[in-house]
Amino acid sequence: MRQEFTLTIFSENRVGILNQITTVFTRRHINIESLTTSESAIEGIHKFTIVIYSTREEVDLLVKQVEKRIDVLKAYSFSQDEIIYQEIALYKVPTAALFEGNEIEKLVRQYGARILEMTAEYAVIEKTGHKHETQELFEKLDPYGVTQFTRSGRVAINRLKKEPLNSYLRKLDKNDVKPDVEIDTQL
Amino acid sequence: MDKQTDTLMKDSQKKAVTMTGAQAVMESLVNEGVEILFGYPGGAIMPVYDALYSYSEKLNHILVRHEQGAVHAAQGYARATGKVGICLVTSGPAATNAVTGIADAMIDSTPVVVISGQVGSALLGTDAFQETDVVGITQPVTKWNYQITRADEIPWAMARAFYIARSGRPGPVLLDITKDAQFGSLEYIYKPAISVRSYTPYPIIDPGQVEEAARLINFAKKPLALIGQGVVIAGAEAELKKFLEKTGIPAAQTLLGLSALPSDHKLNVGGLGMHGNYGPNLKTNECDLIIGIGMRFDDRVTADTRRYATNAKIIHMDIDPAEINKIIHADAPILGNVKESLPMLTSRVSKNDHKKWVEEFHACYRIEYERLIERELYPDKPVITMAEVVRRVSDAFNDDAIMVTDVGQHQMVAWRYFKFRQSRSVITSGGLGTMGFGLPAAIGAKLGRPDRPVCLFVGDGGLQMTIQELGTIYQSKVPVKIVLLNNNFLGMVRQWQELFFDLRYASTELVNPDFQTISKGYFIPSAKVTKREELDKAIKKMVSTDGPFLLEVVVEKEGNVFPMVPAGASVEDILLE
Repeated sequence: MRQEFTLTIFSENRVGILNQITTVFTRRHINIESLTTSESAIEGIHKFTIVIYSTREEVDLLVKQVEKRIDVLKAYSFSQDEIIYQEIALYKVPTAALFEGNEIEKLVRQYGARILEMTAEYAVIEKTGHKHETQELFEKLDPYGVTQFTRSGRVAINRLKKEPLNSYLRKLDKNDVKPDVEIDTQL
Repeated sequence: MDKQTDTLMKDSQKKAVTMTGAQAVMESLVNEGVEILFGYPGGAIMPVYDALYSYSEKLNHILVRHEQGAVHAAQGYARATGKVGICLVTSGPAATNAVTGIADAMIDSTPVVVISGQVGSALLGTDAFQETDVVGITQPVTKWNYQITRADEIPWAMARAFYIARSGRPGPVLLDITKDAQFGSLEYIYKPAISVRSYTPYPIIDPGQVEEAARLINFAKKPLALIGQGVVIAGAEAELKKFLEKTGIPAAQTLLGLSALPSDHKLNVGGLGMHGNYGPNLKTNECDLIIGIGMRFDDRVTADTRRYATNAKIIHMDIDPAEINKIIHADAPILGNVKESLPMLTSRVSKNDHKKWVEEFHACYRIEYERLIERELYPDKPVITMAEVVRRVSDAFNDDAIMVTDVGQHQMVAWRYFKFRQSRSVITSGGLGTMGFGLPAAIGAKLGRPDRPVCLFVGDGGLQMTIQELGTIYQSKVPVKIVLLNNNFLGMVRQWQELFFDLRYASTELVNPDFQTISKGYFIPSAKVTKREELDKAIKKMVSTDGPFLLEVVVEKEGNVFPMVPAGASVEDILLE
């Protein structure tokens, strides 16, 4: 069954690592729905969160193909119910629209959004939530003249008690595989 | 070697020595035990070549005629010896020329380190002269690649490159070194890489998986072992033999797994796949157990996967986790190096004898022999077949040469009819199917194993894709024996046109040059055979000639390679004619 999967991938922070990871998907004609990347909780290790539509079987194979890249430490896949995730959206509306009645204010309250900045010309509204929620607010705000709308990729936290990468790194220690961090820091 | 370089080398293993990046490349090669490299100089790699000038006693540089040839030669060297093959090329067009070889090494798991020059780091991304994004281009076809922009990265990156290329499932590594990094200076000290934290080359074998596999083996009535190149790479030929002889399980080989088991071993039942032997294909769906050993269930082996091994449980032994369940679901995977997992398995299986079952494969072989092989080897028509040439050449080398092939009909025929006594005797482009692979790969193989005869089978199409490497053979005096099976056609494509495209021979007929004249131009002795009665004498002349030799045999123009599993069919639909 095709469904949404969120992959979290931990890698070394090297030039070209994004290309290494995305070509695994490109080559198999799999579209990336969302991609977020930044340093992980562990210093020096990068984290990618990638959302795709696929089947469980295909995702299992993809995870192994991603992990096969030398600079990738570990990759995990989660179905939607195995993670808590969030996205953020920003909407720019003309300030004048806020003063023509209280509709925008109502929407901001109703959707748990907030106003980030207001100038004489425009106001920037921020909403966090899932895609369909940020989309719904966009559709509600649009009649009042949204001049810019942007949405982030997904960030996700799994429902497991501990970060699996930590136990993976500990397992490496136990197997007495010496990390090459020491050599890396000479660069 | 000049005195300065000599002192430099001795010191560099003990304490840090100041030197240039280019010298550090040379030192690293020496520290890794490299003796030979294949390359072609050019602008962005000139500092490294300049350093090489002082290392000519330690490092034998073979000047090829095209960078694709450099990589294929390095592959041939690596496949014949099990060591890492090295290439040295410049930036831009040289690096792109190397890409085909790199892709070939990737799909056939061949350890190769390619060092490419790059424009100065200040010029990166400016479309400078001979600048190309070689790291970007080769990313999907390398096991690892890295751009070096500072001299002090060189020892670290070189150590890593060698470690990654040869460990686990081997593969090609590309290091792209900017010109300023080659000129720059560093404090050189070499530490060979012993691990990379994000990389597990040798997964720890799970004894539970071995137990489960042993249980399936002990219950099996009709098992078949499929031998892949993983056995050769792991050097697990003896372990394989012990396993097979204890269990009495018949074994068939993939294209690259051939020669892991001697041709005349009593449990060797032949080749797998599209042009493999009749028995192993026909019987696959009768098997109740398939044991894949260091192989990857390539589509040329399985044909239609939905109708493959329909009655069998699958044991899949491989070192690469990404291969498990990739094509065929494994009921009992054994992840790990077969050199370790095979003995673990052997100790857990009961002694057995599948005499009757093995006899069924022999019966299939007799059918194949009567209906096909006999007329291929001993034709009653005047035209020479590829098969008879291959078998007579094999005989002339006492079935103990390293067989290198190019790609196409001759490749399949050579694979079917050449015989082997020892491992690492088959060097051919399997996964990528690269025409032009053969000639340069044979050069590399011969330089790697000067003690063994190296015999190349090549078609008239493939030879002309890298024919310029005859120049390398001449210049470097490489005693390669070349058997050109000339049908004046792109034979394999023509065969498909005949069988599946209504005999519409679109651009497959070749109007060829006089290969004798070309050979003469390169001062390589040659002979041309058009009649059967001339064949043995010419082969004898080739074998007894000191140095390289080109033997051109004009073969059947429209011969077909059979048996054949047509594309999209099931293995059991194998055609004998």
